[in-house]
Amino acid sequence: MSILDFNQVCYQYPGEDFHIIDQLSFSVEPGSFHCMLGVSGCGKSTIFRMINGLLPPKSGTIRVGGQSIAVQKQYCGYMPQKDMLFPWRTVGENLALPLEIRRGFSKKERRDRAAAALAEVGLEGCMDKFPVELSGGMRQRAAFARTMLTGSDLLLLDEPFSALDFLTRISMQEWLLDQWQRHKKTILFITHDVEEALFLSSSVLVVESTPIRTLREIPVPLDYPRNRHDLTRPEIVELREELVTLLRKQVKE
Amino acid sequence: MKKANRSNLPALIFLFFLLILWQFGAMKVDAAYILPTPIQILQKCWELRVVLLTVHLPATMLVTLVGLLLSLVLGLGLSILMDASPFWQKALYPVVVASQTVPTTAIAPLFVLWFGYGIWSKVLVTVLITFFPITITVYDGLQSAKVEMSELLLTYGASKRDIFLKIKVPCTLPYFFSAIKMAIPMSIIGAAIGEWLGAQSGLGYFSRRMMTQLDGAGVFAPILLLSVAAMLAVAIISLIEKRVVRWRGEF
Repeated sequence: MSILDFNQVCYQYPGEDFHIIDQLSFSVEPGSFHCMLGVSGCGKSTIFRMINGLLPPKSGTIRVGGQSIAVQKQYCGYMPQKDMLFPWRTVGENLALPLEIRRGFSKKERRDRAAAALAEVGLEGCMDKFPVELSGGMRQRAAFARTMLTGSDLLLLDEPFSALDFLTRISMQEWLLDQWQRHKKTILFITHDVEEALFLSSSVLVVESTPIRTLREIPVPLDYPRNRHDLTRPEIVELREELVTLLRKQVKE
Repeated sequence: MKKANRSNLPALIFLFFLLILWQFGAMKVDAAYILPTPIQILQKCWELRVVLLTVHLPATMLVTLVGLLLSLVLGLGLSILMDASPFWQKALYPVVVASQTVPTTAIAPLFVLWFGYGIWSKVLVTVLITFFPITITVYDGLQSAKVEMSELLLTYGASKRDIFLKIKVPCTLPYFFSAIKMAIPMSIIGAAIGEWLGAQSGLGYFSRRMMTQLDGAGVFAPILLLSVAAMLAVAIISLIEKRVVRWRGEF
C-alpha cells in the first residue's frame, strides 16, 4: 500500500484562470526517498502545500496512509525552506513545539524527547542555546529534528539546503541520507538542483510542464549507501545531462 | 551598571552645562517670579517636600495609573481585534488615527464639565492621549508575526489559540514594552493637563496654583517632580523588559 496517494487532484490559485495542478495522480511507496525536481515556480511547492493541508484541493482526493487528509491531523512532518526556528525560544524549546501542539506530554517528557532528538542529529549540548548561536547547517539539523518530533512517517522537505554554502550542503546531504536509512521514514524532497536529486533519491519525480498533469518518475540506478564518487559514473552523468536538458527546455519556453 | 553610567556621561555633562547657563541667565534677569534659577527650584522642592510627596504626587500617580491601565485594556483590545479581523481593521484604524487630530487640551475643559472635578475627567484626558500609541504599536507587533511561522504550526495541527500564544504574543512583546515606555510619560502629561484645567489636588493643580501666586519656583517644583517620576517609571519598565524579553530584532 502506498503511503501517499494523489487521485485526480486539481488546484487553482484565486485570481488565476487555469489549474496549476490539473488532474494529477501519483503515489509514493513507504520508506522511499523521492526528490521532486522542477524549475522555480513550476508548482512543486503547491503540491507540498496541498499534502500538508495548507492549501485545500479544488477537486480530487489526497490520501496519506490510506486515509483522506481531510480527516487527519499530524500525518506529515513539513520542513520549510527557511529553518523557521523561533528566535525567542531556545533550541530545545523549539524542538518541543510539535509536542506542545499535540498535547498530552508533560514538560519533562517534552524536554527528554527534544534532548534525545537533538542527540540524534548530533547537536548534544545545544539544548539551551538560542538559534542565533547556531551555524546555518546546525540550524537546519535542529529544524530537521523538530520535523522528526512530529512523529509522522511522511516527511516533506522543501529545499531545506538551498540557502547553505556548497560544502555545508553536500555534507548535509550525506547526513540526511544517513538519517533516512536509520529512521526508515518516507521522504519527499523538493529541489531544483539536479545533482542533489540524483545523489539523494531512489527515484526522481520530474515536473515536466506547468500546469502539472503528470510527474515523470525516473529511477536512479544507484544503491544505498552512496557516496559522491557515484555521481561520476557514466550512466549517472548521462542521466544528469538528460535531466538538465529536460529542465532547460522549460526555462526557454 | 557602571558601563551604563559611563555611556550616559556626555549627556550628563551637557545637561549640567545647560543648568549652569540657566542659573547665570536667571540670576542676570533677576525675576524669580517668572524665571527662577535651578537652585531656587531645588530649594522650593525641599521646602514643599511634605505636601508635594504626600498629597499631590499620589493624586497625580493615581490618575496616571488608572489612565494607563484603561489605555492598556483599550489599546490591547483594539489592536487584537484589528489584527484578528480585516473588517475591524478597516473600520477602526482610521477612527483611531482621527482621534489623535482632536486637540485634547482644547476639549479637556468639557470633560471637567461632564465628569466634575474628580479623578475621571483627568483619567479621560490621559486615556485619550495614551491609548493611541499603545494601539498602533501593539498592532504593528501583532502584524510583525511571520505567516510562514503560523503555517508551520498549522501543519503541526495548531489551533488559532496556539498560534496566538506561541507566535503572536512573543512577537508582540518587544513592541508592547516600547508602547508602555512611550505611554508612561504621555500619561503623566495627560494627568497634569487634566489637573491644570480643574482639580482639588495633584501636581498639575499645584503648579497652577503657584502660578496664580506668582511663585516661579513653585511652578517648576512639581514639574521637576513629574519628570523624575516619569523617568523612574520608565527605568523600572526597562528593567522588567530586560528580564522578560529575551529577543528583539530581526528574524
